[in-house]
Amino acid sequence: MTILDGLQMAIRSILANRTRSSLTILGLLIGVSSVIALIAVGQGAQEGVKARISNLGTDLLFIRPVASSSGNVRGSANSGATIFAEDAEAIRNASIPGILHVAPQLNFNAQAIAGENNQQVSIIGTDHEFLPARDLIIESGSFISEKDVKNSALSMVLGSDIASSLFLEDDPIGENVRLSFGGGRISFNFRVTGVLQEIGGESQQDNYVFIPVTTLQSRIRALRNTSGNTIINQITLRSSPGINQDSVSTLVSDFLTAHHNKQEPDFTITSQTQLLEAASKVNAVLTLLLGSVAGISLCVGAIGVMNIMLVSVTERTREIGIRRAVGATSPDIALQFLLEAVTLSVCGGLIGIIVGIAGAELVNEKEILGEVMTTVIQPWSIILAFFVAVIVGIVSGIYPAYRAALLDPIVALRNE
Amino acid sequence: MITLNSISKYYETEAGVVSALVNINLSIGESEFISIMGQSGSGKSTLMNIIGCVDRPSKGQYLIDNIDVGTLSDSNRSRLRGKLFGFVFQSYNLLPRLSAIEQVELPLLYQQIDNRKERAIQALISMGLSDRIHHTPNQLSGGEQQRVAIARSLVVNPKIILADEPTGALDTKTGLEVMRIFNELVQKQGISVIIITHESNIAEQTNRIIRISDGKIIEDTDKIVKVKA
Repeated sequence: MTILDGLQMAIRSILANRTRSSLTILGLLIGVSSVIALIAVGQGAQEGVKARISNLGTDLLFIRPVASSSGNVRGSANSGATIFAEDAEAIRNASIPGILHVAPQLNFNAQAIAGENNQQVSIIGTDHEFLPARDLIIESGSFISEKDVKNSALSMVLGSDIASSLFLEDDPIGENVRLSFGGGRISFNFRVTGVLQEIGGESQQDNYVFIPVTTLQSRIRALRNTSGNTIINQITLRSSPGINQDSVSTLVSDFLTAHHNKQEPDFTITSQTQLLEAASKVNAVLTLLLGSVAGISLCVGAIGVMNIMLVSVTERTREIGIRRAVGATSPDIALQFLLEAVTLSVCGGLIGIIVGIAGAELVNEKEILGEVMTTVIQPWSIILAFFVAVIVGIVSGIYPAYRAALLDPIVALRNE
Repeated sequence: MITLNSISKYYETEAGVVSALVNINLSIGESEFISIMGQSGSGKSTLMNIIGCVDRPSKGQYLIDNIDVGTLSDSNRSRLRGKLFGFVFQSYNLLPRLSAIEQVELPLLYQQIDNRKERAIQALISMGLSDRIHHTPNQLSGGEQQRVAIARSLVVNPKIILADEPTGALDTKTGLEVMRIFNELVQKQGISVIIITHESNIAEQTNRIIRISDGKIIEDTDKIVKVKA
């Protein structure tokens, strides 16, 4: 018997038992398609997070304070925080190679009043280098200038969302916005000098109001510590494109530790690369988890194939006897059952690929539970799922085929 | 052509060892038309299975054309069986979903013989089934099914046809027709046909009757003739 003859026979007996065969194929189909679709979902989530982080630009480093706990004495408010507005200035003046822009960042909340509109806003106190450091684009007017910083000017730049919510359709440039801090105890009138272009996406940056850090520094005494320095939340560094961020990070760390007169850094430097790596790890775990769940359903499908083949051997004992009587050898019988199992698995695998791809494409870019779902189909997941299905078919066909081949022809013929 | 020397067959059951065949000596040549008679449980089916290389004896030597069957592997026995023997059963033993031509092609397929279609059609025509070629068993009468089964046994040009109660499920007229076909095969093609039966009127149409009781040959008309001669 040739393989082709065997294949023909296998297809015939699969077709002869349509309902049972389709249910078996369905089991594998669900397994294969869920492997492909779920890995696509996991991969889509990964790409989504990467895109969000890359939105900020990949050449960024962030310096953030760590609370000091020296001597087990917790300092008064802000005493543990350890980066200052003048640190940004110092790093800038140190001309560390590989650093293009340095921008301080002081986060603050205030009430903004523009005409009849009154709302809570998030403020970032920074300087003129924030625009190039964060790769932001000005839509109209101008960003905070060096002069504004020097003069602690009462000027402000609006993110695109906040501009439209405060001024609706009107042009905000040159208009006044009253910012009141500390529950209305302190308030100043700021003049709008510029509006930023919309960034979009998941980023909150469109909702920020930007004012010179020096303005906050000089006008709100509560922000200064005993030595007259203003504690800030973060310093953003933009490194030269393509440069090794780890070595830049080391240079900055060494400089700032020395500048603070400390042995160990009292701050942390996080690079965008590190953030990406961390996010990738989380998502790899997610993908693995989804893949495992799908893998389990593939295994269940495989057990289905084996189950059906075993039932088939028992049911067709007489057929095996007849085939043996007309000259089939044990290997002939084994081959027939093995080919049936493999044909079922290949069918399940192929249809599963189609269903899996279709499923992944169906949910791609669709909003599900308020989140836009992105799926990225991985060619390796298709190949993996298909080969696993076929191997599973062979493995789950071997035992029933072996059982069929071992049947004594006499017993098989006597079976009624 | 085939020789059985002191063949015995035992089965081990829970109640102990049961002897199906005891010390059987038998030789069969070409163009013989033989019937094996005996009551159920006498061992006649076991004898036929051993002759047809489906079953192996527990003891004794079985020679086919001077080849000791006992020394062959399972696969080689399967090939020998396919090449030398054709089987016809009381219940026809056709595969339920295959058409007549596919049934007849089956032995050719396992023996990798070419011209399967032509040979199968030829065999079916010789059985007078030219208008039943694409019918499946449930579309055929009992007699027609048995003729398909005979065509299937004939298609490989066997030397011996083993038929287990071939007329058992057929009416008298159809049974006689089957016997006529067997007789013709013996006369014209030199094939030996061995029939298992418990009907004396069927056995009487054969040239040699072997009677079995409790696993032993109690009568072999061939020997009687020889003794008389």
